[in-house]
Amino acid sequence: MAPPDPRRPFKRPAFSDQQKRRDISLQRQAQNRRDAQHQARCLALTTMSLQNDSAATPDPQYEHSDPDFEIEPEAAVKDRDFDVREAASLRGREARRWFAKQLMLPEWMIDVPDRLNSDWYVCARPAGKRCFVVSSNGVTVSRLRNGGLLHRFPSALPNGARSNNSNRSGQSYCILDCIFHEADQTYYVIDMVCWAGMSMFRTLVVYNCDQEGLKAAYTGPVSYLKDGLLFYNKHAHYESGNTPLVLVWKDENCSQYVLDTDSKGHIPDQQQVVLELLDDGRLATLDDPPVIFGCLDSDFIQKTGSQTGELLRFSINEGALYFKDGQLERADLNYLGKPNRARAFADSYSKVMFQYAARHSPLRIEHLLASIESSNHQETSTDADMLG
Amino acid sequence: MALEITQYLLAAQSPDAKIRNEAETALGQFREQNLPGFLLSLSVELSSDGKPTESRRLAGIVLKNSLDAKEAATKGNLVQQWVAIDISFKSQIKNFLLNTLGSSVREASHTAAQVVAKIASIEVPKKEWPELVRLLLSNMTQPDTPVFLKQATLEALGYICEEISDEDLVQDEVNAVLTAVIQGMNVSEQNSDVRLAATRALYNALDFARTNFDNEMERNYIMKVICDAALANEIEIRKAAFECLVSIASTYYEILEPYMQKIFELTSNAVKADEEAVALQAVEFWSSICDEELDIQDNELPESGNSNPPHSQFIQKALSTLVPMLLETLLKQDEDQDQEDGIWNLAMAGGTCLGLVAKAVRDLVVPLVMPFVEANISMSDWRSREAATFAFGSILDGPSMEKLSPMVNAGLDFMLNAMKDENSHVKDTTAWTLSRIFELMHLPASGFSVVTPANLQRILVVLSEGLKDAPHIAEKVCGAIYFLALGYEDAGPASSLITPFLPDIFSSLIATAERTDSSDSKLRSSAYEALNQVVRCSNLPETSQIIYRLLPAIMSKLEQTINLQIVSSDDREKQGDLQASLCGVLQVIIQKLSSAEDTKPIILQAADQIMVLFLNVFACRSSTVHEEAMLAIGALAYATGPDFEKYMQEFYKVLEMGLQNFEEYQVCAISVGVVGDICRALDAKILPYCDGIMTHLLKDLSSSELDRSVKPPIFSCFGDIALAIGEHFEKYVTYAVPMMQGASELCARIDSNDEDMVDYGNQLRRSIFEAYSGILQGFKNAKAELMLPHAPHLLQFIELVAKDQQRDETVTKAAVAVLGDLADALGSNLKMMIKDSAFCTELLGECLESGDDQLKETATWTQGMIGRAFSVCG
Repeated sequence: MAPPDPRRPFKRPAFSDQQKRRDISLQRQAQNRRDAQHQARCLALTTMSLQNDSAATPDPQYEHSDPDFEIEPEAAVKDRDFDVREAASLRGREARRWFAKQLMLPEWMIDVPDRLNSDWYVCARPAGKRCFVVSSNGVTVSRLRNGGLLHRFPSALPNGARSNNSNRSGQSYCILDCIFHEADQTYYVIDMVCWAGMSMFRTLVVYNCDQEGLKAAYTGPVSYLKDGLLFYNKHAHYESGNTPLVLVWKDENCSQYVLDTDSKGHIPDQQQVVLELLDDGRLATLDDPPVIFGCLDSDFIQKTGSQTGELLRFSINEGALYFKDGQLERADLNYLGKPNRARAFADSYSKVMFQYAARHSPLRIEHLLASIESSNHQETSTDADMLG
Repeated sequence: MALEITQYLLAAQSPDAKIRNEAETALGQFREQNLPGFLLSLSVELSSDGKPTESRRLAGIVLKNSLDAKEAATKGNLVQQWVAIDISFKSQIKNFLLNTLGSSVREASHTAAQVVAKIASIEVPKKEWPELVRLLLSNMTQPDTPVFLKQATLEALGYICEEISDEDLVQDEVNAVLTAVIQGMNVSEQNSDVRLAATRALYNALDFARTNFDNEMERNYIMKVICDAALANEIEIRKAAFECLVSIASTYYEILEPYMQKIFELTSNAVKADEEAVALQAVEFWSSICDEELDIQDNELPESGNSNPPHSQFIQKALSTLVPMLLETLLKQDEDQDQEDGIWNLAMAGGTCLGLVAKAVRDLVVPLVMPFVEANISMSDWRSREAATFAFGSILDGPSMEKLSPMVNAGLDFMLNAMKDENSHVKDTTAWTLSRIFELMHLPASGFSVVTPANLQRILVVLSEGLKDAPHIAEKVCGAIYFLALGYEDAGPASSLITPFLPDIFSSLIATAERTDSSDSKLRSSAYEALNQVVRCSNLPETSQIIYRLLPAIMSKLEQTINLQIVSSDDREKQGDLQASLCGVLQVIIQKLSSAEDTKPIILQAADQIMVLFLNVFACRSSTVHEEAMLAIGALAYATGPDFEKYMQEFYKVLEMGLQNFEEYQVCAISVGVVGDICRALDAKILPYCDGIMTHLLKDLSSSELDRSVKPPIFSCFGDIALAIGEHFEKYVTYAVPMMQGASELCARIDSNDEDMVDYGNQLRRSIFEAYSGILQGFKNAKAELMLPHAPHLLQFIELVAKDQQRDETVTKAAVAVLGDLADALGSNLKMMIKDSAFCTELLGECLESGDDQLKETATWTQGMIGRAFSVCG
């Protein structure tokens, strides 16, 4: 009713620190809400949120990582076939060994399998550390391929935290085969091994490996950093160890890690391999039965203090893999030393061959597409034949 | 029918609290038992010239407060009560009020005019008081009307025009009202009291006169009458006329062009020669023009439509004479203007206007001001030096960096020297100018700053000396330090520059906060606020040790406040202020140190002690919750994570109190935010507290008392709770979801022309989506089917929002995310519900093409979820 006082702020800085404190709180809350919901959403593609856990400091370097093990020397558990629920509570070397054996290890694609478009799925593989996530007894642990502990945390998985799912049976558990994607601290499930004791189908966004599906997996956008493509055979069930029913393939377009790096993260001039020393001095790959790359004499074994079952690192001289009838006959190897203690396995034959091909004549996406194309023709003509 | 209530009305103003309370109780009972009789008795009291002025005044106030209130819900109730009263009572009351307008006791007639306008605001739009305008106008036209009645009638007309819209009357009545008012203002009106009342009535009727302002002839006449009144002999009339011009500057900016020459003459003469009260309004006219032009400039962005009024460039056109006029005012300082609050003089108004002019015309102001600065800054007379400094400081916001930086670079050293001036006004204004320089010309994050590694040390030495100067100067220096530090926030490696000086800055600011020679708490809070900003901007790896040492120092200060002796409410207030500042500092330190993994343990180690302190701070008050302590607790919960559980039992009581604080809605809002922090910290462990928390949140949502701004955060908080407790949210679904549905329906009805409401609607939409997202994600593993019945409503809401062209980007994000959550949780069930998925495709398409990576990522995810939902069989 009365005219307003014309007084205006005078020589007052235009800020309110209190308002700023409120705003910063609101921003923090909004950001944390986004993160919480984002993590919950990643459960869909995948699994669960990882709460800030100080159990491990993940090594930024891919593949040749040397994670801080939480090794607590405890009485080794002798029984190898114990229940998975007990496995989650294992510590130290035994646990590492047990877990290391459980992962299904894809072979590397060195040839295009037949019937790619009818018998295979394809999906974009997230970059990160391959690991197992097991929830049991109110705790969730993740372990790397070598069995080393990556994280220990409560999760929303069955029996994955002390407080949640309290109405579930204490016997329930869940095992997921995952890749831990560092950037968003998320586990992407490659495969679900068990969920509450029931085997389940995989949940990653997978495509039928036809032209469209392969292109979608190869070029389509994903929320994570891609590291190659995974191919699953439709008839496969989960099995541990190396399997030709899951294949991995990559090129520069869908991966930053096509060529292996050495322990310093550099790509060495010559290809390197890690092989296991057998008791007769032969150098073997991970495969069962193993592929033999060569043989060490006893002098050399003594000089280097190598022991049976130990892993040794070699470089392959340029162009020095010799084949006969499609089989490896001989390789020119140079001894480099012992690999990182964290290494649990020798390289697989398919990995060595994929790396070798990647350096010389890589298997290209065009080859895969062409294979699908040609099998399409085949099928059409088969149909036509039958009609005829 | 009317009761004699004089004695109660007098007793209700007694200095004796007992008598006062009894009288208030008696009046309250009367009101409760018989509202019509009560109001009638009040109107009789007000109208009786034989009664004491004191009881009449209170009767009028109570009557007015029985018809109107600030708070919308209360006001609505009062209006309904009035409408329900029997018509015979209402006519009697109205007659008594109209009779009171003729009272020779001005206080009574003035109050009656206000009450008449309040009743008019209820009844005129409903055509329930058709004779009112005619009766009032006849007061003005009858030749023998006493001056008192004319004054009160004009007042009543002005207030009525302010309350109602011109559309509530027929145009003839509108014209007649304005004619009566304008005639009262005219030079031909012999009585100056009537002329003053008419001028003030016009001020209130300016909005009402829109049709008349649209008509050029009528407008010319109104403007002429106002301009004449601006030259009246009586200062009050001149002042009222200028007040009309100030209001016209903002209400009718677009029609001012033809009158600007005349108005310029009037304002310029008033500033030069008239009394200060008039001159202040004349300057205010130009400040209002600046406000309007800045508003138009701000809205001149290409994407906004062309609904803005045209820019008439009045400031730019008047610049060459306006600026010298304003510069002259700067020399008219008061001796004690810096020490005393509440002073507003011509120098202050002129300087403020100059600042606005600089913002409006930017570079053009510089050549007009700099000669004045140069000519005066070294004069022996302090007024000249102060005016020059003030002019310099005033024009720093507006002109381009290119234009300003040579002058500021050259002038900075001068300013630093001037902090040693013999005159405290000069030092005060210099410190303020330095803070403006750091605010506007120190932007290391963008690569430009007048502060260099070479002059930083000298600047800091001068500033810490300044902190020891008179309190009003030290306060401005705190502002300078605040802005100096602010520049280094997010400035990357540049923030290392200030690292070596941090220990000294901290100790001088703390010493400043401890000064006892300041009459109020402003210096102390400025010092702590500057400290906060220095902590925020500091480069953590380099300064963690220094901040680490600050923590116990601040904690022990906060501890001391708890044991302060409290005798009066004044003591209580001082304690609260001090605790506010210290909790603020702790909040900032907690946030800073917990932002990096290697400094977080410092907070975790101190968490128990910090929490005890906060709980003690809360315990200092019985009924209210300390807002700043609540804010700081949120930061602590975030830092401690699951460990916060051990504090919950104690803290929960405080949290409950905060959630129920409707009146201090900021406290309520912050408490709601803290619930979110705790949900994320505790996860499922918050479950035991959820019944209580949900009860309060639901009550808050249903309250009409609580400020509406708190409601969107409550919905978001539902999502936080659901995400934390997962399937256990089941029991709240029947309460929470209908609220969410109700709110989404409200969103659909929001007036798209009301900017504030559009803003609010966007917040509400986003928060409703966040609530659904949390619930869906929380349920998806175990209880997803619970959301099946609610999915169609949600889908409809998403569709509605998706089709809204004006939707805000944050709403889009939330909508896309919740769509994915729905698909994620319900899987193939969704397929049956989405009959026409075109809107999904369109929305996703729009998002996937967006330049916002986060939005794209969310949309990709949602696309995947929908794809999965549609591809899975069964």
